[in-house]
Amino acid sequence: MAPLLEVKNVSKSFPGVLANDNISLTVNAGEVVALLGENGAGKSTLVKMIYGLYPPDSGEIFINGNKVELTSPKAAIDLGVGMVHQHFQLVPVFSVAQNVALGAEKKRYGLYDSQQAEEDVAALSQKYGLAVDPAVKIEDLPVGTQQRVEILKVLYRDAKLLILDEPTAVLTPQETDELLEVMRGFAKQGVGVIFITHKLREVLAVADRVVVLRNGKQVGETKPSETDQAGLAKMMVGRSVVLDVKKELAKPKEEVLRIEKIVVKDDRNLIGLNELSLSVKAGEIVGIAGVEGNGQRELVQAITGLRKIEAGKVYINNVDATDSSPYQVHKMGVAHVPEDRERDGLVASYSIADNLVLNRFTEAEFSKRGVRQVEPIKKLARFLVEKFAVKTPSIETNAGALSGGNKQKLVIARELAWGPKLLVAAQPTRGVDVGSIEFIHNQIVQARDNGAAVLLVSAELDEVLGLADRVAVIYAGKIVAELDAAAADRNKVGRLMAGGDTN
Amino acid sequence: MSKFLTRHQKPVLWTLLVVFIAYGFYFWDSVRTTSILNFTLSYALPLILAAMVGIIGERSGVVNIGIEGQMLFSAFVAFFAAAATGSLIMGAFLGMAAGLLAGAFLGIAAVRWEMDQIIAGVVINIVAAGITSFYYTPGKSLPAIVPRIKIPVLSEIPLLGPVFFNKSVFVYLTLIIVVVLQIMLFTSKWGLRTRAVGEYPSAADTAGINVFRTRIFNVAIAGILAGTAGAYLSLDAAGWFERGFTAGRGFLALAIMIFGAWNPLGAMAAALFFGFASGMASQLQADEVINIPQQFINMLPYVMTLVVLSFSAGKVRPPAAVGQPYKKEG
Ligand SMILES: Nc1ncnc2c1ncn2[C@@H]1O[C@H](COP(=O)(O)OP(=O)(O)OP(=O)(O)O)[C@@H](O)[C@H]1O
Ligand SMILES: [Mg+2]
Repeated sequence: MAPLLEVKNVSKSFPGVLANDNISLTVNAGEVVALLGENGAGKSTLVKMIYGLYPPDSGEIFINGNKVELTSPKAAIDLGVGMVHQHFQLVPVFSVAQNVALGAEKKRYGLYDSQQAEEDVAALSQKYGLAVDPAVKIEDLPVGTQQRVEILKVLYRDAKLLILDEPTAVLTPQETDELLEVMRGFAKQGVGVIFITHKLREVLAVADRVVVLRNGKQVGETKPSETDQAGLAKMMVGRSVVLDVKKELAKPKEEVLRIEKIVVKDDRNLIGLNELSLSVKAGEIVGIAGVEGNGQRELVQAITGLRKIEAGKVYINNVDATDSSPYQVHKMGVAHVPEDRERDGLVASYSIADNLVLNRFTEAEFSKRGVRQVEPIKKLARFLVEKFAVKTPSIETNAGALSGGNKQKLVIARELAWGPKLLVAAQPTRGVDVGSIEFIHNQIVQARDNGAAVLLVSAELDEVLGLADRVAVIYAGKIVAELDAAAADRNKVGRLMAGGDTN
Repeated sequence: MSKFLTRHQKPVLWTLLVVFIAYGFYFWDSVRTTSILNFTLSYALPLILAAMVGIIGERSGVVNIGIEGQMLFSAFVAFFAAAATGSLIMGAFLGMAAGLLAGAFLGIAAVRWEMDQIIAGVVINIVAAGITSFYYTPGKSLPAIVPRIKIPVLSEIPLLGPVFFNKSVFVYLTLIIVVVLQIMLFTSKWGLRTRAVGEYPSAADTAGINVFRTRIFNVAIAGILAGTAGAYLSLDAAGWFERGFTAGRGFLALAIMIFGAWNPLGAMAAALFFGFASGMASQLQADEVINIPQQFINMLPYVMTLVVLSFSAGKVRPPAAVGQPYKKEG
């Protein structure tokens, strides 16, 4: 029998980059193929061609043994291809059912049959154990649930080939485990799955085969049974990667951030932070551990001036920064790596160079009498792109054209470059490949050693435990425990995160 | 029906209240009330149609600042076509065709050529103003006036009858268009796709919907409504044509669209409210109850626009992707 999907010698270039160079890939029915590779290796490009979003420059694609021309997503959908995108593709003001049915609507009396759609979605979510209420609006749902909606969308169209582009980047560990379970279930029913992720643990847990890309080229193929995390990392990056963070013991100095009993509301106008207090000193990394949705987002936004503080005080270097504007907070020496890089981290239609001075373009070096100083900006941009290994054809390229992980590196580069006194980093390595995670971690440690105070928020418990000198556990909008890194082991922190007590 | 009532409680109550008050006045002074309401409807009619043009465009993600020009051009074509052919029907059809043409231009320029949508609209306004003044010939007149169609039974109802059911075909057509559009936009497959394209085009694209085609189609079809509005103005409401004839109604319609929160029925209510305020002011003026120079009375709709917009700004939310050309990117 012909394989479900066969990609033969496909190439694709963008201005200045050969994103895919003669790639071939086979996926059989009932198989999970993991696609692995550094940021900008060409993974998203490859699957987007299979989904009909870009036409290949050359090469052929076969589905069930027939050569196909995938000129639009519609053509791919009609052939049984479904895709969950790296960046969610849901209409925020539509209900779950409307999003699922969109493009494949059933009709009654010539009109869109919303009742049928809601019933179908309810049935599907029951059948696959993807709990979600079909009538709720997307904008009212947490990301983990939105991800489920994306998967329901694909199921609704009866996909035979399921493409998942970094679906776990925004999920909590529990949600990730559920998703891996769901993927295995699909494979059992004969669906072919292409799974892109940067988390090697997930690859080993779920994949039948692993295909590795580097710089647009296919560099190898392996099976989870024949390798381990270190082996996979080496195949991807081409050198051994240190997966643990190496750092000296912290030498904390004066207090930089002091939060006194702040109360903040969340998006639904409920109490998000409940008299939370916290302190971060120069030269130390404080990591916030917690199950997503316990106030992490609100905490970061309250410090950086993005959310109103109802009560309590925030001091930065002993200056009252409560309810300051983001600009004022920045002027006090605070750098912010936001969790949603697409929305809050960069301006997609600006060049990389301009994005790199977004927080500094008013400084004398970059602006003279209100005129932008092109050469100094370019010089800085070239230096940062080189130092942070942002993969791009040029510094004039629009930030929107970068691969997901490279966008993240761009934001990190900008925020670390100016020597902030306090770094507030939310999910700093989300969507970043293992090699670059190592690099970003080292940069954060270096910022600490140069005397910066660092507040790290991450959904990855391993990242918090590996990087932090002090771990603060957040639960229901309060810090429920602070532990020295040495005393913070996985089990104990996990219990505290779930609301258990210290003993 | 009961489900409809519970879901749309507020608008239904408001409508009942308005009807109740209208009849109150009617029994007090039937002549003046009827005349004010007649004025209200004829003043509102082109605004309603033009607001529909804006709604269809913006709901699919395209700003239409060129409604003014589309109406002006269509009014011009309708009038001179009717005068030349001696047929009102011919005039109306060619007016609508002119609207379609102007709509298609905006669609193709803004979507296919990725021209800035505001600029494309301004182009339409300028070109329409240019063409209609250059080719304007004085001294032409229409072959006939647009006939009133009396709807049996309904036209006998006091007040509502003469105001709504003894009117030209344009009035009936407009009322039907508003209702149909309201239903289509929120309960049809076309509506779902249109709103998706206007809110989050890449989501629509990845769901297999052709964003470009949807936008161009919608903006072009909306042009027909602009054409209808233009034809109504020159053939029915005025019976003549003059340079700069549309007098800013296309821009007023955009304010009405916002006031109506991008809903067809809401926009119709807003337009009627504008019409009523103007009608009231003229009536009071005519009765010499108030004595304000006519110029200030003429300013009323624009002042109301300012007031209304500054109150509704921030409360209503436009479609998220409005004004942005869709580009496929990684
Ligand atoms: N629309 C585009 N225009 C120009 N260049 C692009 C575009 N999309 C991708 N590229 C470039 O093609 C290369 C491959 O990008 P791609 O998004 O496929 O990487 P990826 O493997 O998915 O990376 P990541 O893990 O960071 O998501 C990158 O160098 C990127 O800058
Ligand atoms: Mg990618």
